[in-house]
Amino acid sequence: MSELSLNDVGYDAEEPPLLQVSRLCKRFGPQIVCADVSFALWPGEVLGVVGESGSGKTTLLNCVSTRLEPDSGRIEFRLRDGRIAQLSEMSEPARRMLMRTDWGFVHQNPRDGLRLGLSAGANIGERLMEVGSRHYGEIRGAAADWLAKVEIEIDRIDDPPRVFSGGMQQRLQIARNLVSRPRIVLMDEPTGGLDVSVQARLLDLLRGLCTELGLAALVVTHDLGVARLLAHRLMVMQGGAIVEAGLTDQVLDDPQHPYTQLLVASMLQ
Amino acid sequence: MSNTDANTSTGYNFAYLDEQTKRMIRRAILKAVAIPGYQVPFASREMPLPYGWGTGGIQVTASIIGPDDTLKVIDQGADDTTNAVSIRRFFERTAGTATTERTTEASLIQTRHRIPETPLREHQIIVYQVPIPEPLRWVEPREAETRKMHALAEYGAMYVRLYEDIAQFGHITTTYDYPVMVDGRYLMRPSPIPKFDNPKMDMNPALQLFGAGREKRIYAVPPYTSVESLDFADHPFTIERWEQSCEICGSRDSFLDEVITDDRGTRVFVCSDTDHCRQRGAAKAAE
Repeated sequence: MSELSLNDVGYDAEEPPLLQVSRLCKRFGPQIVCADVSFALWPGEVLGVVGESGSGKTTLLNCVSTRLEPDSGRIEFRLRDGRIAQLSEMSEPARRMLMRTDWGFVHQNPRDGLRLGLSAGANIGERLMEVGSRHYGEIRGAAADWLAKVEIEIDRIDDPPRVFSGGMQQRLQIARNLVSRPRIVLMDEPTGGLDVSVQARLLDLLRGLCTELGLAALVVTHDLGVARLLAHRLMVMQGGAIVEAGLTDQVLDDPQHPYTQLLVASMLQ
Repeated sequence: MSNTDANTSTGYNFAYLDEQTKRMIRRAILKAVAIPGYQVPFASREMPLPYGWGTGGIQVTASIIGPDDTLKVIDQGADDTTNAVSIRRFFERTAGTATTERTTEASLIQTRHRIPETPLREHQIIVYQVPIPEPLRWVEPREAETRKMHALAEYGAMYVRLYEDIAQFGHITTTYDYPVMVDGRYLMRPSPIPKFDNPKMDMNPALQLFGAGREKRIYAVPPYTSVESLDFADHPFTIERWEQSCEICGSRDSFLDEVITDDRGTRVFVCSDTDHCRQRGAAKAAE
């Protein structure tokens, strides 16, 4: 990890990054889960994190999203007004506000990210109401727009998500996160647990939305196929550390680290 | 304090509760008045009536009642229902205070689920019995989280409930215990009063106290404090209206109860506030 620097990945760093994580460490007791992880994420960029299960991908994501408190390290986020805020030093109200406006979090299991007892429309409208929208017509309009964007029929707007299929639930979760026009979305295995055809459609949709909205995304996955389709850049994690990082095609076509080579070689052709 | 009246029970302190408990409750009340709409925890005592019958309200009343007070107790607007009669007799026996059924004569009113139709005035105190004090309870089950939501004034989730109502039924279907915003800061459950009574809470000259015995919370709305019912800009808050008028007094502007009078579906509408109805009837007879 130490000999890799952020500029090695070939990204133009003229513009300051949206998210800068430096030397993030997290341990659970004696177990080191994230060891000295550093990376940066620029607006409009999709960064994939791959690695075997237990390599610390999800913990990294949880630390970045402030769901978990890292033991050490800095997480800096560039706010809309250009100021750089360090997440751990923000006040809780400001951080909670940020999490429901500028940030999105897509859970692996849509049931964790949705309110199953509420209708699809309310699931999408919730963020708007949380930030102060008090006009029913506007909220419903926005909900209908987003349902269309994630390809859910408009007449399902009042149905609860528990009667939706897994793929629809995942798309609804994405809509619910994107309605507040976040600048960064963290995704934990967004296509996990979906069958292959649904996966492909979802990936297509995600790619389109990221491009259209200029979203920055951090996508955790164990599926190299997903990483190749979605991510511009890729980080490979093993045992809590980043062992290789670079442009996706570069990493997958010409893996340098033995672990990455193993990972690529074990991919089904 | 000594019990002078022959009708009052002996062996109890004035108004049943011991002085130490009353002081503890008064401190909670003072804090509640200082932070309108904020739920103050207090060490609720066992009372000689079951939870759900007004143990919170009765403790608040017992802590603030004095020998010179005149008490009125209503249950759903009526002075003559079991709950109202029992609580009134409880204070007659343990405090020996005067009681009344007339809103204008009372200095202290304990109520279950109504606000009297007669406008309250300054120096009157109304005590509400509250079953569940937390307005966010059905939205967020975790107590730690609801407290945080109150602290940060994050009340968007409450609007989600109203949204669901409109999406499903075309209008907000909550008709009682309708959530209100107190002094533009704290979201509050007004106890299960009909939403018809919500506008009466706004800028009311009387002191409004709320006691929840089982949930161990006291909260308050001081006199002349703004109380706003939640709504959407395009679905404003409205109160119930009736096409009928009161069968007894003919009132068209009071809250009406529907009473079924036989098994063939005959029904009449009467005022829920019995005192209001009686006063109107007396005024009519005098004409």
